[in-house]
Amino acid sequence: MSVTTPDSLPNERPVKLKLGRDDLMMRGFILVIALYLIITLAFPLYAMLSKAFSTFQFDLSQIEFQVSDESGKFDGTILSAAALNEQLNAIPEDEMATSSDGRLSLTPLFPDFSFRSPVLYKIRGTTEDVVYLIGSDRVSGTDWREVDSNTFRRIVLRPVQSFGLSNFTTYFSTPSLFRSIENSLFISIVSTIVTVSLAFAFAYALSRSCMRLKGVFRLIAMAPILVPSLLPGIALVYLFGIQGMLKEGMMGESIYGPYGIVLGSIFFTFPHAFIIITTALAISDARLYEAAVSLRASPWKTFWTVTIPGARYGLISAAFVVFNLVITDFGLPKVIGGQYNMLAVDIYKQVIGQQNFEMGAVVSVVLLMPAFIAFAVDRQVQKKQVALLSARSVVFEPNPDRKFDRICFTYCSLVAIFIVGILGVCQFAALIKFWPYDLSLSLKNYNFDVMDGGGWEAYGNSIKLGLLTAFFGTIVVFIGAYMVDKTRSFRAGRGLFQFLAMLPMAIPGMVLGLAYIFFFNDPNNPLNAIYGTMAILVIVTITHFYTVSHLTAVTALKQMDGEFESVASSLKQPFYKLFTRVTVPVCMPAILDIAIYLFVNAMTTVSAVVFLYSTDTALASIAVLNMDDAGDVAPAAAMGMMIFYTNAAARIIHLAVSKGILKRTQAWRLR
Amino acid sequence: MPTEATRELDADEAQPQGEAYLRIDSLWKAFGEFIALRDISLSISEGEFVCFLGPSGCGKTTLLRAIAGLDIQSRGSIEQAGKDISNLPPAERDFGIVFQSYALFPNLTIEKNISFGLENAGLSKAAISARVTELLELVGLPDQGKKYPAQLSGGQQQRIALARAIAMSPGLLLLDEPLSALDAKVRVHLRHEVKELQRKLGITTIMVTHDQEEALSMADRIVVMNHGVIEQIGTPTDIYREPATLFVADFIGEMNKLMAIAGGPGMVTIGQKDFNSGGGDFPPGSEVIAAVRPEDIIPHGPGARSDGAPDDITEPGNAFETTIKEMEFLGSFWRARLVSAALGDAELIADFSINAVRRMQLSVNMDIVIEIPSNRLKVFTRPAGE
Amino acid sequence: MLQLKKLALTAIAGLFVANSVAAAELTVYTAVEAEDLKRYAEEFNKAHPDIKINWVRDSTGIITAKLLAEKNNPQADVIWGLAATSLLLMKSEGMLEPYAPKGVENLDKKFIDKSTPPTWTGMDAWVASVCFNTVEAEKLGLKAPKTWKDLTKPEYKGHVIMPNPNSSGTGFLDVSSWLQMFGEEGGWQYMDALHENIARYTHSGSKPCKLAAAGEIPIGVSFAFRGAKSKADGAPLEIIVPEEGVGWDMEATAIVAGTDNLDAAKTLVDWSITKEANEMYNTGYAVVAYPGVAKPVKFFPDNLLEKMIDNDFEFAANNRKAILEEWQKRYDSKSEAKS
Ligand SMILES: Nc1ncnc2c1ncn2[C@@H]1O[C@H](COP(=O)(O)OP(=O)(O)O)[C@@H](O)[C@H]1O
Ligand SMILES: [Mg+2]
Repeated sequence: MSVTTPDSLPNERPVKLKLGRDDLMMRGFILVIALYLIITLAFPLYAMLSKAFSTFQFDLSQIEFQVSDESGKFDGTILSAAALNEQLNAIPEDEMATSSDGRLSLTPLFPDFSFRSPVLYKIRGTTEDVVYLIGSDRVSGTDWREVDSNTFRRIVLRPVQSFGLSNFTTYFSTPSLFRSIENSLFISIVSTIVTVSLAFAFAYALSRSCMRLKGVFRLIAMAPILVPSLLPGIALVYLFGIQGMLKEGMMGESIYGPYGIVLGSIFFTFPHAFIIITTALAISDARLYEAAVSLRASPWKTFWTVTIPGARYGLISAAFVVFNLVITDFGLPKVIGGQYNMLAVDIYKQVIGQQNFEMGAVVSVVLLMPAFIAFAVDRQVQKKQVALLSARSVVFEPNPDRKFDRICFTYCSLVAIFIVGILGVCQFAALIKFWPYDLSLSLKNYNFDVMDGGGWEAYGNSIKLGLLTAFFGTIVVFIGAYMVDKTRSFRAGRGLFQFLAMLPMAIPGMVLGLAYIFFFNDPNNPLNAIYGTMAILVIVTITHFYTVSHLTAVTALKQMDGEFESVASSLKQPFYKLFTRVTVPVCMPAILDIAIYLFVNAMTTVSAVVFLYSTDTALASIAVLNMDDAGDVAPAAAMGMMIFYTNAAARIIHLAVSKGILKRTQAWRLR
Repeated sequence: MPTEATRELDADEAQPQGEAYLRIDSLWKAFGEFIALRDISLSISEGEFVCFLGPSGCGKTTLLRAIAGLDIQSRGSIEQAGKDISNLPPAERDFGIVFQSYALFPNLTIEKNISFGLENAGLSKAAISARVTELLELVGLPDQGKKYPAQLSGGQQQRIALARAIAMSPGLLLLDEPLSALDAKVRVHLRHEVKELQRKLGITTIMVTHDQEEALSMADRIVVMNHGVIEQIGTPTDIYREPATLFVADFIGEMNKLMAIAGGPGMVTIGQKDFNSGGGDFPPGSEVIAAVRPEDIIPHGPGARSDGAPDDITEPGNAFETTIKEMEFLGSFWRARLVSAALGDAELIADFSINAVRRMQLSVNMDIVIEIPSNRLKVFTRPAGE
Repeated sequence: MLQLKKLALTAIAGLFVANSVAAAELTVYTAVEAEDLKRYAEEFNKAHPDIKINWVRDSTGIITAKLLAEKNNPQADVIWGLAATSLLLMKSEGMLEPYAPKGVENLDKKFIDKSTPPTWTGMDAWVASVCFNTVEAEKLGLKAPKTWKDLTKPEYKGHVIMPNPNSSGTGFLDVSSWLQMFGEEGGWQYMDALHENIARYTHSGSKPCKLAAAGEIPIGVSFAFRGAKSKADGAPLEIIVPEEGVGWDMEATAIVAGTDNLDAAKTLVDWSITKEANEMYNTGYAVVAYPGVAKPVKFFPDNLLEKMIDNDFEFAANNRKAILEEWQKRYDSKSEAKS
């Protein structure tokens, strides 16, 4: 029978699926959420890229002169500025490239110019849209204007916009900017090596020893996630600054610079590395250890031949995550970086300090590179790790070993003291009246309303942002993940969506924020109205933290029986009934996880929102930055600790709510 | 290995009678480059219980899902109850389905699981409740309604899944390996119950399984599949006794496969010996495989017949002498490994009843004469490479 | 019939317009210290209760960046309290509405834009100073510097902090004042020498003084207003006005071109140059635009006014980019070598 069957599909028309109501609705949802991501991610990034290639140039052919004699008589000769420059080469070609703020004085075109001379000048543009300044008055048009020598000195030409690579050439030929790349790489690599080693030892001690207080250590290790990345910077100033409590510890070196950045980076990236490595250690197979023991391998050898290879994907993944966090972080180097320039701070300096948006965009593009590479490598490694995970292994149960346990305990205590110490110092600083001259306790540093940064309102705004982000973000993310997981066929749409959902992880917050200015602040953009509102902050935060939330949702959905949808449709029930009655309740723990993740990050993020907040929507995390910036370091610490307590409280509530909901809605989990 | 499925059935059960309820015509399914189903055509009549049987990965589930509309076919048409459903979404088709994983909603009680589809079908609360009770009784779990799925055993969960699938009285019941996640004992028990239920309701049913016993014991008709094509369609007896292809012969039950050369019409040479065989027109001299089931091999010798009648060899041309190399007791029968100079280095497996072994006092190294009835000796083309 | 319809429409439109005038709202961008804003609005509303001010406040750099970013789509109606150097940037972008407020002739000429009609008017001056922590200096055995040149002495090595002109308006005003006072060449020579003594450059202009107040550094180049505040908070500070003269900038007011609320904006700007307004500015700033108003401010050095240089804002604005590029080339990259 089989012999006669042909080998390829018959040449008929393929069967076309008739889309049911469910299919259409689900595709609709995918498209809507994909559209959301396109508008909030792809378009802004595109706007930013085009900004990076938007250049400004002086165009001398725009200007013509007439010059009088000593007695002020003009003979009617018209001189073109371009022609003059060609003769004299007074203004070299490479000085023609400038920024949007560029001004070019025209006197070099007249070698015997003197502002005291009685010679008069006439000047005009060759086209209507030529712009030059007389002093600071803006002049445009083709009418002749007559000025004396002293005024002529004050005339400057404004640049015209064009497109090209000159911003990049300028960037790479500015040593201080270029140095930032080296610095960023150096700091990121050093921080990565140190953090991953420390976190590995910590996770190893927790999973392989029988010491006491493991739960406490675990809790402490997670604490840094609850504060903005710049908070450790503030603590380090109090600890190791010139007036620091432990200034001797620096042995004459300054904390402002690489030491401070690395130390602070270790603090705020530690929990991220710790989580990843803990997972990796948890899945390594106990049977390998038993085998090693039975082969009488020394612990040292076992460590190198079993532990490290088993955790290698976790280590690689942790390394890239830490690297990415450090290189894209902006708050910490801003607070404690001193003279040490880093890429993320350069973006801020270019945009806020010099209003050079184009150069800001260029630095953003440069910053995207390492982040993208780290992201790509991490994705590859993650896939491998998952494969490793699915090969079921036996969980390792450590045996007590007095000496080893004591070493582990000591080590973990040191790390815990470091973390608690940083937080404690901040709290202490917040309560001191005037460090180091008036050590009496006071709440004056909590009087945020008389300081820069937005006051208590900013704190309220942060909570509002956290709640809104958690609420809308969770809805968008979970529905998006559900649709992309469950929609039948529709490969193209789902592929696009998956890509868009993974992309935010590779985009540094600063870059995203800057891209939002370019996109949303364009008057031709119909969405312009959300610029400067809470809505844009919610959107940027959701988008910035989309990937991890999405992955959490997808993981939870993948754990559900894939046939629920089939059953529901066989029972003629619409997917949304299944979604509300079954999917959401079953995934409630993951949904709550996403919500708290978004809340905590909305409370702590600085980089994504620093270009986008307005006075009405000032945020606590930004207030920390700005108060520190203005020198109100103690209030900054106070606000930072407010964020910490709020997040800690949110976590506790999350825990309680999760437990409660689990008890109520997930009775079915208990046999 | 005699099974209960070897009961005789009318031959005309092999083809559906009258108008087909479900008709599949030239159906193909491709996953990218890979073709999972090739040119499948099949009709099923109303009330019939059909099993799709084949090794794992042969496309059974794919075919079932195409019928359900869960994964639409690439080519070909499906017609149900006279209506073309080829490209309808599942919700617009008329079927109930049970999966190997049961796919019970874990956070809903048994009652809510069963009533999930009934809720917006225009029934009153009381009617729904009555229907749920009725279904729970039907599957023999009358007072489990308030529990959650995780509180039930696997077999119980399977019955609930069944109850949910038939709750809306669909025209077609689709079962994808419904029993394979269960313990062997429970499985055998449930086979019965499912079959009973199907008979009671008269619902047209398709069950996917890779377990031949399950298929043989439950199905009215079996569709044997391999590598995305249908190898044979027939009643369990047909399939067992008259395998249409070497694959079917090999896949279902035990089979001795012997290298052979075709002789004249109805003749085949195994080793040096010529046999009469049950048909197969092969050009003389072509390489074939001759196949016989172990239980079809008849031992001859003193005590061979239970009634003490003379032990006549019906087809002396198909009898020859062998030596018992090994004997293995398998509970309800003995399995013997036989060698014979006549067959060259080929070995034969034969199953002898306990009685026969006792009466004939068969033991290892004994020489006996055996007979292979010509109508039980099947001949197939030899696949390349064997 | 048609006529009637038109009439009705106009009436309705008129209603709306009248309404919006009655309760006008102005979006006002400002860099005035957060703690002063409420007072400013209250004082203004005493005179004009019908105009509501919606503040958008941020540091000078950010507000400037924001305004420039919104160049083609201005969100602000009025800028009240932003550095004149920033307003000059806006002016050269054609973003400001030329307008001579009522009574502008009463102001000190220094505080009025040179164009006619002026595009901006000044409020108060914002003067560079050196914050000197006497306690820390004593520990280190440092004498108080008297002049800018003093700061280049070897004994101060590593004990001076100043703002980075690339991110801080105060920093830029220092640099441009040195260039004006010492000449282009002399100015850069001076900064080369000073750079040898600088511990680091901060992002913001007030931070050096706050750091000096907190003892993180003995000498912070900042501005007088900040120093006076920290001193009031109890910091052991001396506010030094270097003898060569000090750079300054002013906070100024302007109407954003294209505003929908031109009348209300004019009302606000008119009020912003009144005597009352200047008295209000005087609570924080020792030097205000209205002559004769200023009373001495506590903790402010008294010789401040005479030491203010004759600042050429136009020079500063038109050469800003070139100056910053030069500065960055000289110090931003060089300073890295230390670490
Ligand atoms: N979604 C899919 N994509 C690609 N290949 C598939 C997919 N589903 C099934 N297949 C392939 O089709 C073949 C038949 O699968 P299936 O119908 O599930 O087999 P079974 O007979 O075991 O139920 C297998 O080789 C399987 O790998
Ligand atoms: Mg299957």
